Amino acid sequence: MNTTVMGSNKEVRKGKLSQMNDQSADKAKISVNDLDLFYGEKQALYRVSLDIQEKEVTALIGPSGCGKSTFLRTLNRMNDLIDGVKISGEIEIDNENIYQSSDVIKLRTKVGMVFQKPNLFPMSIFDNVAYGPRMQGIKNKKELNKIVEESLRGAAIWDEVKDRLKTSALGLSGGQQQRVCIARAIAMKPAVILMDEPTSALDPISTLKVEELIANMKKDYTIVIVTHNMQQAARISDKTAFFLNGEVIEYDETSNIFSMPKDQRTEDYVTGRFG
Amino acid sequence: MVVRENFENNLQELQDKMVEMGELTVSSLEKAFTALKTQDVELALKVIEEDTAIDIIETEINQFAIWLMAKEQPVARDLRIMIGALKISSDIERIADFGVNIAKATIKIGVANTLLDLTKLEQMKDVSIDMFHKAVKSFFEENIMLAKEVGDLDDLVDNYYDETYKSITGYLREHPEETNQLAQLLFVNRYLERTADHITNIAESAAYLIKGRKYDLNH
Repeated sequence: MNTTVMGSNKEVRKGKLSQMNDQSADKAKISVNDLDLFYGEKQALYRVSLDIQEKEVTALIGPSGCGKSTFLRTLNRMNDLIDGVKISGEIEIDNENIYQSSDVIKLRTKVGMVFQKPNLFPMSIFDNVAYGPRMQGIKNKKELNKIVEESLRGAAIWDEVKDRLKTSALGLSGGQQQRVCIARAIAMKPAVILMDEPTSALDPISTLKVEELIANMKKDYTIVIVTHNMQQAARISDKTAFFLNGEVIEYDETSNIFSMPKDQRTEDYVTGRFG
Repeated sequence: MVVRENFENNLQELQDKMVEMGELTVSSLEKAFTALKTQDVELALKVIEEDTAIDIIETEINQFAIWLMAKEQPVARDLRIMIGALKISSDIERIADFGVNIAKATIKIGVANTLLDLTKLEQMKDVSIDMFHKAVKSFFEENIMLAKEVGDLDDLVDNYYDETYKSITGYLREHPEETNQLAQLLFVNRYLERTADHITNIAESAAYLIKGRKYDLNH
């Protein structure tokens, strides 16, 4: 692994896109300042600065290769796993610079992630959800039962799986598996949940169920979601950031992005006239 | 390749329907006024009859816009065009109804021995039609200056309205035997003033498309 973390720069805050939107009253859960990211020689993110508010859904949209997934992965240091990644700038979560702390395990406990395709372990539904808590050292059966039930309820899947908790999770439908993945993330009691196109592999009804779930989860979690489905971003998010060629072109209330975007490039993208 | 070529073609189709509806409406207003001026009851009846075609196009525009919203899920400018098409077609339909109202007034006046001088009313009608062309153009060409011009012209129509009102009521005091004709002309005066208001609404829809926010041109 060859991840370099370079110095931070608080001076750039005044140029932050998010501050155009008069959010100063709310304290940001995640504050990103002047973030550059390189894969070897190739720069993938350019001076990304934005504030993500607590208990809101923030959607990241943009064409393929624009850097939105790369950006999402910087929020729990998933890019650390890729050789040759260099990052500069700073990301603070609850005022703590996550690239200055060496405790990545603690970070990923606090910042959970759900991926494009359900990636459950080949084990029972119960064991999938209990996996994280067990790794944290929770052995008490009663406590594990409680965590599993609460997490599955939180992911709106409890009623569908409560009678088959000991059966393989891989026997569930794709939509159910994805909600179990969300339950597995919730089981770690994260503050932030990152979702990388969580419904792109699901059918329309399962997609709507996951969207409904995300809307309900907002009261407990800060959610950052990458989506290619613009209608989904419009439906579920409070704020939307439009990424293009590694830059944040526009970051605003979702209603503004989809009704009166300020930048022509955002307009072209959301109206499907890009390229 | 133009991205969303099919949708662009549909938007053009929507615009063409609005243009057609606008042309029929202007023609209806012109005919209604000619009928009034020349006391041509036949022509007035024709105006009333032809209004059905305008109502049909309005329904077509509404159905087409709703279908486009359902299938294309428009956002941003595209969505504002749809909202504009719905609101503007409704305003145009109201304007056409004022043409019908003028035609009905013409029928009620019948063939009067002497008809009051209609110059002021005709000027109102001409200014209104000029406003109409400008308002529709401001929407299609996204020209905010034209929309503002429409707002200014509406003030002119309001002035004509006040003057005409005073002149007709003054005449009425001296010629009570002409009450029927004069009462109908007072209505026509009012219809033209309301026509200009609806045209101003069209300009406001254009301004909303261009600026993305409510623009009050009717002050």
